[in-house]
Amino acid sequence: MNETLIYTVLTLCSLGVLAAIALFFVAKKFQVWEDPRIDDVEKMLPGANCGGCGFPGCRGLATALVKADTMEGLACPVGGAETMKSIAEYLGRVAEEKEPEVAVVRCSGSCSVRPKTNLYDGAQSCAVASSLYAGQTGCSFGCIGFGDCVSVCAFGALSMDPRTGLPVVDDEKCTACGKCVKACPKMIIELRKKGPKSRRVFVSCVNKDKGGITRKACSVGCIGCGKCVKTCPFEAITLADNLAYIDPQKCRLCRKCVAECPTGAINEIGFPARPPKTEAPETK
Amino acid sequence: MLKTFKIGGIHPHDNKISKGTPIEVMPLPEKVVIPLSQHIGAPAQPCVAKGDKVKVGDLIGTANGFVSANIHSSVSGTVTAVDAQPDASGVRKPSVTIEVEGDLWNEHIMREATELPDLDAKGIIDAIAAAGVVGMGGATFPTQVKLSVPPGKKAEFLIINGVECEPYLTADHRVMLERPDELIAGVELLCRALQVTQAFIGIENNKPDAIKLLSQKAAAHNGASIKVVPLKVQYPQGGEKQLIDAVTGRQVPSGALPIDTGAVVQNAGTALAVYEAVVKRKPLFERIITVTGKPLSTPRNLLVRIGTPIRSLIDYCGGMTDNVGKVIGGGPMMGRAACNLDAGVTKGSSGILLMDDKEASRGTQGPCIRCAKCVSACPMGLEPYLINVMAKKGMMAETEKLHPYDCIECGSCSYTCPAHIPLLDYIRLAKGEVMKIMRARKS
Amino acid sequence: MEKKLIVSPSPHIHSGNSTQRLMWDVIIALIPAFIVSVVFYGLNAVTVTAISIVTCLLTEYVITRFLLGRKSTLSDYSAALTGFLLAFNLPPTIPWWIVVIGAVVSIGVGKMSFGGLGRNPFNPALVGRVFLLISFPMQMATFVSPSSLDATSGATPLAIVKAAAKNHENISDLMTHFSYSDMLVGNMPGSLGEVAALALIFGFIYLLIRRVITWHIPVYVIGTMVVFSGILWLVDPSHFADPLFHVLTGGALLGAIFMATDYVTSPMTKGGMLFYGIGIGVITILIRTWGAYPEGVSFAILIMNATVPLINKYSHPKRFGKVVTKKA
Repeated sequence: MNETLIYTVLTLCSLGVLAAIALFFVAKKFQVWEDPRIDDVEKMLPGANCGGCGFPGCRGLATALVKADTMEGLACPVGGAETMKSIAEYLGRVAEEKEPEVAVVRCSGSCSVRPKTNLYDGAQSCAVASSLYAGQTGCSFGCIGFGDCVSVCAFGALSMDPRTGLPVVDDEKCTACGKCVKACPKMIIELRKKGPKSRRVFVSCVNKDKGGITRKACSVGCIGCGKCVKTCPFEAITLADNLAYIDPQKCRLCRKCVAECPTGAINEIGFPARPPKTEAPETK
Repeated sequence: MLKTFKIGGIHPHDNKISKGTPIEVMPLPEKVVIPLSQHIGAPAQPCVAKGDKVKVGDLIGTANGFVSANIHSSVSGTVTAVDAQPDASGVRKPSVTIEVEGDLWNEHIMREATELPDLDAKGIIDAIAAAGVVGMGGATFPTQVKLSVPPGKKAEFLIINGVECEPYLTADHRVMLERPDELIAGVELLCRALQVTQAFIGIENNKPDAIKLLSQKAAAHNGASIKVVPLKVQYPQGGEKQLIDAVTGRQVPSGALPIDTGAVVQNAGTALAVYEAVVKRKPLFERIITVTGKPLSTPRNLLVRIGTPIRSLIDYCGGMTDNVGKVIGGGPMMGRAACNLDAGVTKGSSGILLMDDKEASRGTQGPCIRCAKCVSACPMGLEPYLINVMAKKGMMAETEKLHPYDCIECGSCSYTCPAHIPLLDYIRLAKGEVMKIMRARKS
Repeated sequence: MEKKLIVSPSPHIHSGNSTQRLMWDVIIALIPAFIVSVVFYGLNAVTVTAISIVTCLLTEYVITRFLLGRKSTLSDYSAALTGFLLAFNLPPTIPWWIVVIGAVVSIGVGKMSFGGLGRNPFNPALVGRVFLLISFPMQMATFVSPSSLDATSGATPLAIVKAAAKNHENISDLMTHFSYSDMLVGNMPGSLGEVAALALIFGFIYLLIRRVITWHIPVYVIGTMVVFSGILWLVDPSHFADPLFHVLTGGALLGAIFMATDYVTSPMTKGGMLFYGIGIGVITILIRTWGAYPEGVSFAILIMNATVPLINKYSHPKRFGKVVTKKA
């Protein structure tokens, strides 16, 4: 009995020692030197591993940051300026100034304004549907509504509005990582300047068809009439391929274009509700 | 033992309800919409303008680049628009719209000619290119490109695809039965163009009449040696790679072209178009289309001018009924569901298939029970269930080692899945993404 | 307004096959063996099977509806099939409450804890059976002889052979006591559904005709058992039972045809099936010959179930065009 016990203990001990020696040499031989700063930088990053920076996970960005000479082009959209500043300080560099951005859905074609012309019965994925055909409505540019953007969002900032069938961005949660922008096969989502007090004015349409075709397909689409271009006092609006675009850098949020747009394709977000008017602004 | 391909395959019910109906000439429509891109490759450049008068067979679009094809007017009348028109999928494509006035043919077309002209390989290929002939099985690859064997490679034989493995479709079957002499002459021309002396015609043995007739005609033919190869019925035998495997036992390696096995495959319909292009100098402006489906009162095989609206074809064969749920351009396995019936038929339209609501709706999806039926069915030896899951999770780069780029999109996996999982929907997506990644790496 | 057309990616037709149909087919294939067991064991067979199926259905319903808050999945019949298979693996005279425990473990632990149909790594019915085998060894090893349905407990042929091997008796002498024709029809002590070899083979043929399963796994399993036990038998018939005995007794046929071929827990490729089938065959004979238990099919299948993800990772189907054959 005792003997068995002693042998067992002895065998285990010697095995342990042998393994430890072996491990020591293996560890020496296969050691990979890594800059310890990578670990520190990684800790400073939010740790969401969203890939919004363009690297596979936070560690990827941390490695790139430590290896690179300047901070140019390297930014964590989630942590924002704050995080980048502290990392820059730690690494002894200067952080790039970047304005906070937010994802914006440029389509207002809800079920009520954009009638369906056929019924889709395939895999519930925007990517699949968009590679198949023009879409369930007359507008081949608008939101498909299967929520590819919602499913890629790592922060729960996007959700489908069951009433409109369109995705809704939660400004608070959105970190402008840009994943939804890449996921949307119709390229409807754009990262725009968050704007003072989260106020934004943008053309909520990406339809490049001629006015008549757009109008037939959707009552709130941009028909490329160019009224907004003429109205804008800051030359912030350009018209290309029957579609208006408001440059967020030039726009001063005067909202003149919103009132001018005959179809209501220009959206304003974050402004206090306007006093109810007795008559519609457009008379022409 | 009848020959067939070796990996995978399924046996859908063939439903060839229109196989006994002779080809009928469809009356001229009032208006045609002819897309300038009816082929793989660059769209043709329009060479007519609004208001121009055109005759049947007049060139309205010139091939733009090496992989492209000429487009001809299919009717005589006035061009009313050269602009973007929605195709059957609703996607706007540059098209020419022509209002039909009478039926005046271009005087170059020799409608009565039957003698094979004395042309060398180049002459034949040029005549084919001028006529805008493309692969008529559905892939619509410009025929003259396929016949121009790249330097360093050698064509050993021609394979004519008379398989028509898609259920419902009977257009090729009718061509083989009703135009056998022209078909054989077309095969002879194709052989001369390729400078080969051996041609095989692959036909599945659910068309014994066609096998018998063509065997007699082929035996009587003098010129290239033409042999009819009866094949065991199995889908997707009409796939180019599967057909080469079935007929010759050679397999096209992944990423290679059929010519690497020495084979050039042409559709039976294409052979007829080649005959007409070379002998009659008749451009490809009409084709035989099967208009079929259970909701139709009179399924037919029609000779239709390109650009005829899909709706008028359906109306001619009995019209839409209340229970029509889906209209498909092509066969039920690989065809595309149409959402715009005002679009014109194209060179690649082999059929118009109507399905009732019940047949058209997909079953309710369940969880994958890992039955491996998709693995056994895949004719390319892929693992559809795995590609599907990875593609769904967005792991596109990782799917590369599962070779989704080999997928021929035959639909056997989705067809056989007992859980009704739309496997091909996602595999097609993965295929596109992986090919994009591979192209990016190459450049 | 014109009716809206349906648009979907190709293919537009379906084989009409469904999960329900496949499960039903397996249940139908089990019916001949069930009839045999009713003939031999009478009401006992019916009650055990009924209790097992009802408990499985109830467990699945309760878990999906109340624990997971999902829609009920009873309509895919997979729970009913698990219950049926579990009953087939139990002695006919087993107390009812043990059946209930087995069924709850099968569905609750073996299937639903992994996420339900399609996710479970192990065959649920076998999880239940092995759980019972370990928890209630006495009750699970108490068999009755079909010809005399009294309380005198019979021993299964495998148990007799095991006991003989332990006592170093000559097995080839023992073999003469068994009648293979009795084994074919199921006239021997054993679990409810495993005894009737012929009925199980009928079921196998039905499954093959309906294309529910392919021949690969059952043939590989049985083939390996025959080859392996055959070698042992040829080496020393006085120590080892002959191959036919191994195939016809115990759960060999039931396991090879109905349990090893379970879609969810078997490999996806033909190559993988070969490896998997050989593994089951070898482990079964190893356990039967040298293990502590007289029967090893359930353990063998569970062990090989565990290797399936690995097998799937390394075995791939033969790709088209990978080997260029030069012919013609």
